[in-house]
Amino acid sequence: MTRDPETAARLKALRRDIEPDLVKLERRTLLRSGLSLGALTLLSGCDLSTGSNGNVADRVLWAMSKFNDRVQGWLFDPNTLAPTYPASMIDTPFRFNAFYPPDNIPDVEGADWKLDVSGLVADKAPWTLAKLRTLPQESQITRHICIEGWSQIGQWSGVPLKTFLERIGADLTAKYVGFKCADRYYGSLDMPSALHPQTILALDFAGKELAPEYGYPLRVRVPTKLGFKSPKYIASVFVTNDYPGGYWEDQGYNWFSGI
Amino acid sequence: MTLVPDTPSRLIVIHPLIVRITHWINAVAVFCMLFSGWAIYNASPFFPFEFPKWATLGGWLGGALAWHFAAMWLFALNGLAYTLYGLFARHFSRTFFPVSPAAVWRDARAALRLRLAHRLGQYNAVQRLAYVVAFLLGILLLASGLALWKPVQFQSLAGLFGGYEWARRVHFIAMSGLVGFILLHLALVLIVPSTLVAMITGRARVTTAETRP
Repeated sequence: MTRDPETAARLKALRRDIEPDLVKLERRTLLRSGLSLGALTLLSGCDLSTGSNGNVADRVLWAMSKFNDRVQGWLFDPNTLAPTYPASMIDTPFRFNAFYPPDNIPDVEGADWKLDVSGLVADKAPWTLAKLRTLPQESQITRHICIEGWSQIGQWSGVPLKTFLERIGADLTAKYVGFKCADRYYGSLDMPSALHPQTILALDFAGKELAPEYGYPLRVRVPTKLGFKSPKYIASVFVTNDYPGGYWEDQGYNWFSGI
Repeated sequence: MTLVPDTPSRLIVIHPLIVRITHWINAVAVFCMLFSGWAIYNASPFFPFEFPKWATLGGWLGGALAWHFAAMWLFALNGLAYTLYGLFARHFSRTFFPVSPAAVWRDARAALRLRLAHRLGQYNAVQRLAYVVAFLLGILLLASGLALWKPVQFQSLAGLFGGYEWARRVHFIAMSGLVGFILLHLALVLIVPSTLVAMITGRARVTTAETRP
């Protein structure tokens, strides 16, 4: 699909707007090998991805992160809702955020797109956008909190993930729900968070079909977790008992990352 | 040759063992929290400056957060142990209280005119106030930190700070206050190095005159 000129122009402007952020993103990647107080090898904590194979500091930090996963699972209350806000508080423009510049936003053709379903589910038939639209929809105005610290209020609507999981006959006692994306991103949620009433498969952002920069055609929206736990450009969903990890989690971000 | 002090003196314990242990654990925890916290701040600064990279811990954001969320347990649990000791062994009431505004004013003026005698093991009113403020800043850092870590699960706590975005600023300002305390604290240790020895051995040599009430 070639983008219509209007979308192309908007993405070009977006690229210009976030230029400083991109420079910072590149710098952030550099930081991983850079000098710091913790550059003493023993204190690095730089290469958390080595997990239990790293040096003493890495192993301790990794163990503490696993411990924090358990504590957060215990602190998570399935009945506690993320605060919602009036439409007047919605932030515009909303930030585009990814591990790549807007030029690389996946160009997904909605008409050809299918959501693959696999793992511990009864019905593995793929889903089209039209079919997802026939399911009950839920709308929310919530705060998106990025692991970097910034936050913005936005409006998302779509199918509650719980409704979808029930519809495909997923084993709701399984441990994880995983996602694979069109942009090589991937992620996973613990089952209690996946079943939370505000966790949705979002089709719309700000009352309109998701724009390319916000995850067209389908994204997850989990207002009880940090932003990176809400993958965009979803291509497949799977239910599993084997820890699926995630794009950032496998590099050292805390997996549960509940808020 | 042995030097014999002019006035009779003896060694007394001015810092109990629990205070010394929790002090040094706290020192390590606070420095981990500070330097990793600065790296986290740098990922999305809300003031027009960033902390120099050499003063940050963790290498990248993921590493800094891992340090911060590991050291927070050390800071909180060690702080809890110290607080329980302070309350139940009357360490707080004996060491930091009473502290009245009049006494703080009197001692502050005396200190500025360099006429305030320093006695190991006994805090003047300005020191008492400084330690009480540092303790309260620690509580504020813990509370605002919890609000930032769990703004949904602990949303009423986050609400006390005016929501997530305000909690970030409160956390930062409380951190700045604590850094101010640490700088003052370290400056005084440089001026009176025997205080450092006392925080390690727990003992200080005081003249008999000084031990009298």
